Amino acid sequence: MWARAARRVLRAPGGGGRGFASKAGGGGVSAGGEAAPQERGRVPGDVIEHLERLALVDFGSREAVARLEKAVAFADRLRAVDTDGVQPMESVLEDRCLYLRPDNVVEGNCAEELLQNAHRVMEEYFVAPPGNITLPKLDEQELFSKS
Amino acid sequence: MGKTNLDEFAMGSGSTDGVFGPVKNPWSYSKQYREKKKQKPHGENEDTNWLITGGSSGGSAAAVSAFTCFAALGSDTGGSTRNPAALCGVVGLKPTYGLVSRHGLIPLVNSMDVPGILTRCVDDAATVLGVLAGHDCKDSTTVQDPVKSFILPSLTDVSKLCIGIPKEYLVPELSSEVQSLWSKAAKLFESEGAKVIEVSLPHTSYSIVCYHVLCTSEVASNMARFDGLEYGHRCDINVSTEAMYAATRREGFNDVVRGRILSGNFFLLKENYENYFIKAQKVRRLIANDFVNVFNSGVDVLLTPTTLSEAVPYVEFIKEDNRTRSAQGDIFTQAVNMAGLPAVSVPMALSNQGLPIGLQFIGRAFCDQQLLTVAKWFEKQVQFPIIQLQEIMGDCSSVFENDLASVSLKQ
Repeated sequence: MWARAARRVLRAPGGGGRGFASKAGGGGVSAGGEAAPQERGRVPGDVIEHLERLALVDFGSREAVARLEKAVAFADRLRAVDTDGVQPMESVLEDRCLYLRPDNVVEGNCAEELLQNAHRVMEEYFVAPPGNITLPKLDEQELFSKS
Repeated sequence: MGKTNLDEFAMGSGSTDGVFGPVKNPWSYSKQYREKKKQKPHGENEDTNWLITGGSSGGSAAAVSAFTCFAALGSDTGGSTRNPAALCGVVGLKPTYGLVSRHGLIPLVNSMDVPGILTRCVDDAATVLGVLAGHDCKDSTTVQDPVKSFILPSLTDVSKLCIGIPKEYLVPELSSEVQSLWSKAAKLFESEGAKVIEVSLPHTSYSIVCYHVLCTSEVASNMARFDGLEYGHRCDINVSTEAMYAATRREGFNDVVRGRILSGNFFLLKENYENYFIKAQKVRRLIANDFVNVFNSGVDVLLTPTTLSEAVPYVEFIKEDNRTRSAQGDIFTQAVNMAGLPAVSVPMALSNQGLPIGLQFIGRAFCDQQLLTVAKWFEKQVQFPIIQLQEIMGDCSSVFENDLASVSLKQ
């Protein structure tokens, strides 16, 4: 009965956590999420700049880059899974039809309310700074950013 | 009634990274906890060793736990409702994905988010679910099946139930107290006639990694809308749109959020897309299939721990960074989000330190009613104690015990 199985599983020293096998037979993965030092790949400087430009969010510090490297090393554990022939899953509701509303306008006409949410408006326009200037490279940014 | 505190953008498992500061677990001030710590009941107002609520919906859990309200809403993307529910001794329900509308919920991971429900008892959670569930034309990911509100039956006979215990959830980091309560719960079902079997969810160990990749990737996309132009914080830089966006986002997002955006963008780079994002989507299917296989083999409900341990002191929790803590906090809960299944954390008992420990039940998709029925039976069996906050509440405590434990009792 289950009670006997429970004694075996739940009292095993170190728990059953290490015993399960993925298809690749990799070792148990601990809950901590910390990669061993040798697993941490370096992210090259040009990728860092590229990411900052794409995300329009800066790293801000060396620690943040180190955190990214740890995050990447953590994600690298997925390589051990055998996914040959497996289709990517985008939605758990993939077997259902997406609901589409009838194409009738039922709401809107609230331009004033929406404009009130924004900091800078002029008449019915959101005001943005000029758009055709690329973000300066890292060292130049000091001139542009508020300290 | 009001809004509650949380980790910024629901990213975290401690409710410690919010712009209004961290959330304190009401159990830090409970008689049950203080007696075990041998603290003097009055005075000695050294509030330095208070405990976290878990997260990210910690404010909501704390509010329900401290009798501020009957019910509170949270969000659940990787366990953010169930985690604080377990640490605050309340019921935390994550409905099936597609059952409750996400309209109005700031999106974190569109394919996994659901609004979560926090209450002091399972009946209340069912009541709130009955109100919220159903198709919403403003959220096209809600299913169109008709949903009726329901009253949970009071199960007396569990002999037709099959409870599955996933063996891969027994990880080395699981505290011995939670482990022993999990075992006790399984034996309880068995002794009352239910069939209790060990099952396998083989890809469990990769679940948290897969979640990490998918979550950060969707976050990178979802957070892109916060540019300060149409709403939200905006900084004063006016040199160019890009400079303005960058500075606004630096000012407006904390380190955790920025870290996830950057990680997500990394995984979505052309050279990484196939190896990280698509790979994670494939692993997600394997994980979802693991659950399907188990439920197809006759299991009605799975029983697992919700958290690795009881609530820890804030000063301990902040020793590690958010990503590490999230990976630990979400370990038992995030696989459910990837598969879109319903799950509920039910408080079971107090630890040796007088703090709540909850267990998680996982059900089949769209079988939320059956899941809650089993949870209600379990809740009745374990009789989890009411929090005793007399020292703070003064004479009101007896009122709380009798009248305000549950809205359902008033009927």
